[in-house]
Amino acid sequence: MSSAVKAVLTKPIIAENPITMQILGICSSLAVTTSLNVAVVMCVALTVVTGFSNFFISLVRNYMPSSIRIIIQMAIISALVIAVDQLLQAFAYEISKQLSVFVGLIITNCIVMGRAEAFAMKNPPVVSFMDGIGNGLGYSIILLLLATIRELFGSGSLFGMEILPLVANGGWYQPNGLMLLAPSAFFIIGFVIWIVRTKRTEQMEKSEFRLAAHTIQEAAH
Amino acid sequence: MEHYLSLLVRAVFVENMALQMFLGMCTFIAVSKKIETAVGLGIAVTAVQVITVPLNNLVYQYLLKAGALSWLGFPELDLSFLGFICYIGIIAAVVQVMEMFMDKYMPALYNALGVFLPLIAVNCAIMGGSLFMVERSYNFPESVVYGIGSGFGWALAIATMAGIREKLKYSDVPLGLRGMGITFITTGLMSLGFMSFSGLSL
Repeated sequence: MSSAVKAVLTKPIIAENPITMQILGICSSLAVTTSLNVAVVMCVALTVVTGFSNFFISLVRNYMPSSIRIIIQMAIISALVIAVDQLLQAFAYEISKQLSVFVGLIITNCIVMGRAEAFAMKNPPVVSFMDGIGNGLGYSIILLLLATIRELFGSGSLFGMEILPLVANGGWYQPNGLMLLAPSAFFIIGFVIWIVRTKRTEQMEKSEFRLAAHTIQEAAH
Repeated sequence: MEHYLSLLVRAVFVENMALQMFLGMCTFIAVSKKIETAVGLGIAVTAVQVITVPLNNLVYQYLLKAGALSWLGFPELDLSFLGFICYIGIIAAVVQVMEMFMDKYMPALYNALGVFLPLIAVNCAIMGGSLFMVERSYNFPESVVYGIGSGFGWALAIATMAGIREKLKYSDVPLGLRGMGITFITTGLMSLGFMSFSGLSL
């Protein structure tokens, strides 16, 4: 694999992570993170769809008129999502029930559309495929991190296996119910963004206003 | 009547699209910097939601559902797997038609909302509304009420968020948390507030 292709594959995982950097695709990502099993299936589904939609869109990029490109992209993406959904219903029915509408929502996931528009329209198929997989992995990392935290502290287990023995089962861990509710997902992703941006200062946003100085020493600077 | 009222309240507060279901988050975070634009987008989303959810309901009931095509003489046909592509097609078409209609007959409104309309076609809240409608097998009147409720709930959330962010931009936020980070934490707090509605039923 040449280094350019490798960069396309690995860059979106941390340095240009679609969730923390570009705030794309969080729509569906937060709702499926209460248990690790479901999150893993969602990650695989999204990575596959992003990869292949980039591949196919890139294949036909020179043949579609730009005025109807959005419709064509949507048609390709929804066809892929239908395939994924049917496969899930056939082979993992329980999990597809838990994912409920969120598999269908991959169609409107901003990562898929965003990569199709920003990358696949300008690059050859194989590189686009790698870019799609890379972005899917970047999304997966955040999703799995969230799901690990939420499932571990919310129900004391990982992949449904008990890690922290619960009080209800004679152990010592009192599960934190908040972790299974909606607000915790927002808090955790906020903190993840904080940590990532403290490490990678180039991702910080510029403030819109200069704050007045707090002390006289500060004002003197 | 009571049933519909309770459905409306549930759609607006208890199952708020943005704060409890995490739908339409990308737009929610990106366009909530100013109150005016946020309200404009909220109105546009509500309008599209009110049209697309009932329309998709009709499409599902009379074309896609198992046995729905019996009026054409195909009682065994089940086209529900074509659902996703039909719903997104209808949403895109409705948005496009609305854009052209507003451009022709309501230029003032078009100038205010026009920029948001293409954004709405890929808003998960719109698609999510249709998918939830199918999953919970609402009938036609219920789907109208659900469309109104879910659209308004989303509009309410984004307008409130924009109000908070307009004040928040003057505050001294830690460097790394500035922008997106603090927005998420604020959203979390709002979501916590909306959870107090969770026991609500009429």
